[in-house]
Amino acid sequence: MAKGVKPRVKVPKKAAAGDVITIKALISHKMESGQRKGKDGNLIPRSIINRFTCAFNGENVIDVQLEPAISTNPYFQFEAIVPEAGEFQFAWHDDDGSVYETKKKIKMA
Amino acid sequence: MKKRAVFFRALLVSGFAVGMAGADENAQLVIEGETLVTKAAAPAHLQDNLDEIYSGWVFRSNETQALQLDDFDNPAFVFIDAAMDQYQQVEGSADKSCQSCHEDVEEFKGLRTQMPRIVDGKVQTMEDQINKCRTEQMGAEAWKYTGSDMTAMSALIGFQSRGMAMNIKIDGEAKPFWEKGKEIYYTRHGQLDMACSNCHEDNYGNNIRADHLSQGQLNGFPTYRLKNAKLNAVHSRLFGCIRDVRAEPYKVGSDELKALELYVSSRANGLSVETPSVRN
Repeated sequence: MAKGVKPRVKVPKKAAAGDVITIKALISHKMESGQRKGKDGNLIPRSIINRFTCAFNGENVIDVQLEPAISTNPYFQFEAIVPEAGEFQFAWHDDDGSVYETKKKIKMA
Repeated sequence: MKKRAVFFRALLVSGFAVGMAGADENAQLVIEGETLVTKAAAPAHLQDNLDEIYSGWVFRSNETQALQLDDFDNPAFVFIDAAMDQYQQVEGSADKSCQSCHEDVEEFKGLRTQMPRIVDGKVQTMEDQINKCRTEQMGAEAWKYTGSDMTAMSALIGFQSRGMAMNIKIDGEAKPFWEKGKEIYYTRHGQLDMACSNCHEDNYGNNIRADHLSQGQLNGFPTYRLKNAKLNAVHSRLFGCIRDVRAEPYKVGSDELKALELYVSSRANGLSVETPSVRN
């Protein structure tokens, strides 16, 4: 597991059914591209988040494939329509196989 | 009207002026519903030289300003989160974490407004205080003065005072250090033969090449800078400025920089603490 990885998510606490809400998701990750050389002249192995997904009550909202040129601490902001009260599930997939997950509940206003 | 005064002054000094270009000058810094003071009357000791003091936030572009309006958008919070983990981390021979003595980090509310202060006849900065705790209470190794752990912890503690007015003591015991800092501030340094005041007092609001000069206030430190994508400590900033006028900089953590930090911090008395701020 890469060091210092911590997801942060911002979802409104409540919304009306059918509302379009803005979701912000950020994960602290060094996103080593695999193109850089270390002090010894050898390539530093690639270590990035390669996939980010968000689901609402199990239904997929967004599924993003990330590539090596994306900067440190990748940040996503997107919109979603909330049909009902429920839970957003977020997952970041690391190159080393670990998956960082977090959840946010949303209530109906 | 006040804006005109600034403009006129700049005109006198350099022949042409840019003013507070870029951003809406009446923009308000509102974070999580709290309005921060970014413009204030100059503290008494400054009134011969400046009428108003401005936070560095006022001088930044709309986009950079916006990053500070929301704690989620503010990239500094990645480091604050990391510092919060560190706060709970047991370290050193005493088997203690910060939390063992200081239960809640909110206990530090207000501390940032008084830092640096005088303790035992010496200037004590936030960094000094943190290292004192680490070595004396925790039995842990001292951190590097401007290292990333140190700066993040300093930001976490400073953040507790966000929105409170800077209130640096400059009289009594602090007086000789403050005078020393003031002397450094107004002394020309280096091959470019420039004093801090040449840019930050005589020419704030103007551009030097692509840089939009601010008043060099310290109320937002440690600050996240877009140019290096990390938190920057006060001494790194002072070091950088002195290097840029091609002088031999004082060492980070030296008595000279601490005195200068004390003096420059006192120039912000009246502005809100903005830690952690976002600058370019």
